[in-house]
Amino acid sequence: MTETTQSRGTVALFATCLVDLFRPSVGFASAQLLEQAGYTVDVPEAQTCCGQPAYNNGDHQHATTIAKQVITAFRGYDYIVVPSGSCGGTITSHYPDLLRDDPQWAEAARELAGRTWELTRFLVEVAQMELTGLQHSGVITYHDSCSGLREMGIRDQPRALLGAVEGLELREMADTDVCCGFGGTFCVKYPEISERLVSNKVDNIEATGADTVLAGDLGCLFNIAGRLKRLDKPVRAYHVAEVLAGTAGRDAAIGEGEN
Amino acid sequence: MESRAHLFKPQAREALQNTDLQQALTRVQEGFVGKRKVLVDQFPDFEGLRDRGQAIKDHTLAHLDVYLEQFEAKVREAGGHVHWAETQQEAQEIIVDICRQENARMVTKGKTMAGEEVQLNEALDAAGLETVETDLGEYIIQLAKEPPSHIIAPAIHKTRQQITELFNEHHHHGTLKEKLREVPDLVDEARGILRDKFLNADVGITGANCLVAETGSMFLVTNEGNGDLTHSLPRVHVAIAGIEKLVPNLDDASTILRLLARSATGQEMTAYTTMVTGPARAEDTDGPEAFHIVLIDNGRTRMLEGRFREMLRCIRCGACMNHCPVYSAIGGHAYGWVYPGPMGSVLTPMIVGLDKTRDLPNACTLNGRCQSVCPVRIPLPDLLRDLREEQHDQGLTPKTTRYGLNIWAWFARRPRLYGLAARVGIGLLGRLGRRRGRFRKLPLAGAWTAGRDFPAPQKTTFQAAWQQRKKEKSA
Repeated sequence: MTETTQSRGTVALFATCLVDLFRPSVGFASAQLLEQAGYTVDVPEAQTCCGQPAYNNGDHQHATTIAKQVITAFRGYDYIVVPSGSCGGTITSHYPDLLRDDPQWAEAARELAGRTWELTRFLVEVAQMELTGLQHSGVITYHDSCSGLREMGIRDQPRALLGAVEGLELREMADTDVCCGFGGTFCVKYPEISERLVSNKVDNIEATGADTVLAGDLGCLFNIAGRLKRLDKPVRAYHVAEVLAGTAGRDAAIGEGEN
Repeated sequence: MESRAHLFKPQAREALQNTDLQQALTRVQEGFVGKRKVLVDQFPDFEGLRDRGQAIKDHTLAHLDVYLEQFEAKVREAGGHVHWAETQQEAQEIIVDICRQENARMVTKGKTMAGEEVQLNEALDAAGLETVETDLGEYIIQLAKEPPSHIIAPAIHKTRQQITELFNEHHHHGTLKEKLREVPDLVDEARGILRDKFLNADVGITGANCLVAETGSMFLVTNEGNGDLTHSLPRVHVAIAGIEKLVPNLDDASTILRLLARSATGQEMTAYTTMVTGPARAEDTDGPEAFHIVLIDNGRTRMLEGRFREMLRCIRCGACMNHCPVYSAIGGHAYGWVYPGPMGSVLTPMIVGLDKTRDLPNACTLNGRCQSVCPVRIPLPDLLRDLREEQHDQGLTPKTTRYGLNIWAWFARRPRLYGLAARVGIGLLGRLGRRRGRFRKLPLAGAWTAGRDFPAPQKTTFQAAWQQRKKEKSA
């Protein structure tokens, strides 16, 4: 966007630890989309992780400390946008739960939850963004990440945005709403069960004949891409933001080398 | 059955490698899930029905004392007997005593998960009674000497070939040459054998799908009619049910039954829905001379008091396990006790003990599909997470998890240090993996790389790259 246009507000991007560590291109794609939509984007430096690993493992003490840290770091922004339904769900559903009996923090947790959006939902419902001039030739299939689907209501939004991309055909896979077997630490605690679930997912992806699988959560994508690569499948995996920002062609797919 | 939940991991591994089981498990997906969806989509307001189901159960649980007393009075009025069993042992003793007083030799049983829960068959066997399961699935696993692997379809883990072999061994002394018999043929054979048992049984034991306080009635639903033959033909009918099966009135019961049939088997109504109120009355042409109902607690009042009360809304439909990807992958036996899948992973630790069931709350991806289909909206993922919290607080989580979390949290609470360590680590990993884009093996990541490659990170962290961009922009 041009610097002279007036900003529609300031968005703090909660990149998520997986994007920060493993796939900055998703962070940049998200920022680019938000800027295209007319928002000023900031990335608070005090963010690390949303605390979900502790929360889901019953360690509420650490989860609470990290929740407070996130609440503090994201004060004052108009919106918090997260390119993940899983981390987004932690902030919107679980922070208010964790801090519900803390008189000092309960309101702040609810207030943060009220400003927090998953990326595609924000683009469709708040920014009401209309993508134009985007091209991506190929057949893609979309995996619905569980937390995004069931905690944040993400299903139609990424599909609506993808519908505006010229040359792109979306072919739905069977059981698109069934877990890929990632489940955070589940995938390393129960690797054999996880492997079976991701194998089922890969079978369903392959059956569509799609050349690319997209999703809105890097955890699922790493799991799916990792299995695809282990089986030497040619299907590429990208975060949906990368296709929407038009950077998928430039950056190697998840798990693929530079050559 | 004795709990084998502490052996979850090896049992799950075995299940994943069992080709017969894997073949049998595809039926859960093809049958239950699809059929339920058709009926739920047809129903004008299934979400509203779920709301009502939840409200009925919540109300009853909040006033359980009132309704239990009302139920007891009404059963007595109708000429029945009410027994209270606080523990498994008490339930066993009450039922064995009834059988002894009636000089019973043979007992027929309709499918009862409450009976499985209190190891009723073992107690009846020990008392020298001949006990015959009359639900076809239960009959099959009784022959196979196995516990049920699903609360609605107890023999779902068995293939047709395995059942052919089992019937050959037990009904024909191994003389049949056929490897695979047709389903109607197998069903007819079982029916013939069971008919004789129905007619000669002294006591019939069933579960109950719903208890009605207003009338002292119980509802029994089956698709084979075996429940009716079990309760109405013998001299004595004994029903066993958890105290949470209660609802205030007949309208409420009808809501629960509508939810149950649709959620469990994808039917508008089960083939046989029977309401039983006390023993046969003078003007009845058939029915038992005596009616007993054994209400079991077995840990339920403890759940009523705490954060797990919501679990007592459960109407035992099995939809959560049918929609659970983990259950679909490993079947019910891996869970190690009578209640498998998501509902079992909450109930088993509550009844058997958290320290003996450490894997159950954790062997779940928290994907939430179970909650999305639960007819009474039990927040199963939240309850599983609550159990994990209790495990954590009681020091029951494995040391590796604990240490891992502590190290991770130490960094996560120090953003500057975290950023620095991440930049260094990711820079190195990124350089190593840049060409191939992935790792086949990585130190400390064996559990991941056993079945998956590990995607390599891009050159640096997002935070580092973003700060760089900011600097360049302002320059």
